Amino acid sequence: MSTDTQSAPQLSAPQPGPVRVERRLPRFAPLGLFVLGIVLGAALSAATGFSVTSTVVYGVVLGTLLVYVGTRAVEGRRKATDRLVTCLVTTAFGIAMIPLISLVYTVLDKGLARFDGDFFGMSMFRIVGEGGGAYHAILGTLIITLVATIISVPIGLFTAIYLVEYGTGRLKKAITFFVDVMTGIPSIVAGLFAFALFTLLFGNDFRAGIMGAVALSVLMIPVVVRSCEEVLKLVPNELREASYALGVPKWRTVVKVVLPTAIAGLGTGITLSVARVVGETAPLLITVGLITGTNLNPFDGRMATLPVFAFYQLTQPGTATQAFLDRAWTAALVLIIFVMALNILARLISRFFAPKTGR
Amino acid sequence: MTATKAPTEPPSQQRVVRRPGDRVFAGAARGSGIFILLVLAGVAAFLISEALPALTASSEEIPGGEGLGSYVWPLIVGTLLGAVIALVVATPLAVGIALYITYYAPRRIAAAMGYVIDLLAAIPSVVYGFWGLAVLAPKLVPFHQWTADNLSWIPLFAGPASASGRTMLTVGLVLAVMILPIISAIAREVFSQAPALHREAALALGATRWEMIKMAVLPYGKSGVIAGAMLGLGRALGETMAVAIILSGGGAATINLITSSNPSTIASNIALRFPEATGLGVNTLIASGLVLFVITLAVNMLARWVVNRRADFSGAN
Repeated sequence: MSTDTQSAPQLSAPQPGPVRVERRLPRFAPLGLFVLGIVLGAALSAATGFSVTSTVVYGVVLGTLLVYVGTRAVEGRRKATDRLVTCLVTTAFGIAMIPLISLVYTVLDKGLARFDGDFFGMSMFRIVGEGGGAYHAILGTLIITLVATIISVPIGLFTAIYLVEYGTGRLKKAITFFVDVMTGIPSIVAGLFAFALFTLLFGNDFRAGIMGAVALSVLMIPVVVRSCEEVLKLVPNELREASYALGVPKWRTVVKVVLPTAIAGLGTGITLSVARVVGETAPLLITVGLITGTNLNPFDGRMATLPVFAFYQLTQPGTATQAFLDRAWTAALVLIIFVMALNILARLISRFFAPKTGR
Repeated sequence: MTATKAPTEPPSQQRVVRRPGDRVFAGAARGSGIFILLVLAGVAAFLISEALPALTASSEEIPGGEGLGSYVWPLIVGTLLGAVIALVVATPLAVGIALYITYYAPRRIAAAMGYVIDLLAAIPSVVYGFWGLAVLAPKLVPFHQWTADNLSWIPLFAGPASASGRTMLTVGLVLAVMILPIISAIAREVFSQAPALHREAALALGATRWEMIKMAVLPYGKSGVIAGAMLGLGRALGETMAVAIILSGGGAATINLITSSNPSTIASNIALRFPEATGLGVNTLIASGLVLFVITLAVNMLARWVVNRRADFSGAN
């Protein structure tokens, strides 16, 4: 190896050869190039009749191109591809933000027109024009969702307990698979199922809130099962074994040890599953229908629900079109507020009921 | 758990005390599981029993007067068309979003960004319909006109362009927004599970971030993305209210996306016609619902099969 030690000092001198010096752009150059692209895009847009949309489109395209070309010229192809993908991926995220922002803005903008006391205090009974509200629909949605929750939670929770604590072999596999498949049932098919079931049991003209609740349960049960199962799996086995070692029967172990440990996750999962069904429209549209008055009995007669109310206000406006549209948008706003409130509630549950780790 | 059972020791099953409480609780848990299977079977059974009159009726009695096949066919075309547009638009975007959140976004705000994307999934479908009708459709009218003027040689854009923008193209884009969070949630999940050793090895060999993703993350996450896309497809196929509100359907089967006479979808057709349907009309609609059920069931089972197949060998990593 070291036969030629005399030549070593010569190496310290810089020598031309196959060693390539890596050239790099200054740290903020890519960002600068992108901003330059946006400015050029604005200029191009101004040249062809200015609009915000074309500015953004031209700007992003030009900026991405400039970053790619600039990096390629200085740093080479591989780095350029890397930057190109960074631009594309960030743009994808930006594109997804557009509908969210646009939707929330539109609903707030149009929904606040009738966001008043009357909307929450009056039904549509004997109202054909302006005024009126969704008191009956809000109560109907709450009642039907509550009934659906009462049906779904015990079944879903017990199934999750079965899958985690008891299940073995083919039955467990079958239930897991078909619960997954059930999450994909279209909501309208769930509605048809409830309709067919109650038609066969009570005859053709039977209409009641319970039909909608059953349809919602079909949609809700698999969600409850999945989320509860995930949470129960997280409970450490040591807790169960400690309980068994003290001679506690299995069912008391589940009730007194496993469920309290997982209560935060269970609450979160169930709340999110309620949020999932509270805005469902199609199954309620074909089972429960809509009335103008207030019906609080879910076992007899049609009920009004908020999503169906919103749908009919929008699609079948009477003579006072604007009043109907305003009510529709306000109903949509209230629906979004419901869903967001449930989502926030779910977060709060998981924060405040989380098991104390003690360490 | 610490030691294996000695082979000479007899199984101690007979020593276990079976308390009544245990038996009741286990029975309830098992019963709930079986009940779910029965519900799924019941969905199929009740739909079939209510659809039978339409399946056996003579073709003149079906609404439209030309039999069940020609009644359902345009709806199937419409359903598939809308769902495929949604899938084609949403999948690349969702993969990009998932990559951005898992590997590009600043660590500190990545979780918040994921939460914001999840909010898209929480918005009720009827509200998406409102938005599509009031905002997206008018905004897309110039685009419809442009495609009709410049791309009419493609059968998809044969025109004439709709003046209201209430077309299959708009529906497909709204559906794309709706399934975006579903696909990106699953893609995010699998991308973040890509083995850290593979990723670090790629980076240590001098790969750029994109090369690391291409070599270590995408091959690992491919089947997850496919499964997510299929779940999104299932959702898009069954989506009702957004389509019912936006589309002024009722045309014959056509793949022309930008006219105002597109065929409706199965789900939205049921939602719009069911409240007023009587007699055999109800049975016909339920029969079309049965077709939708079968299609979505097949898509979902295929997706789950892909997911589970991946789960079988992902432990090797």
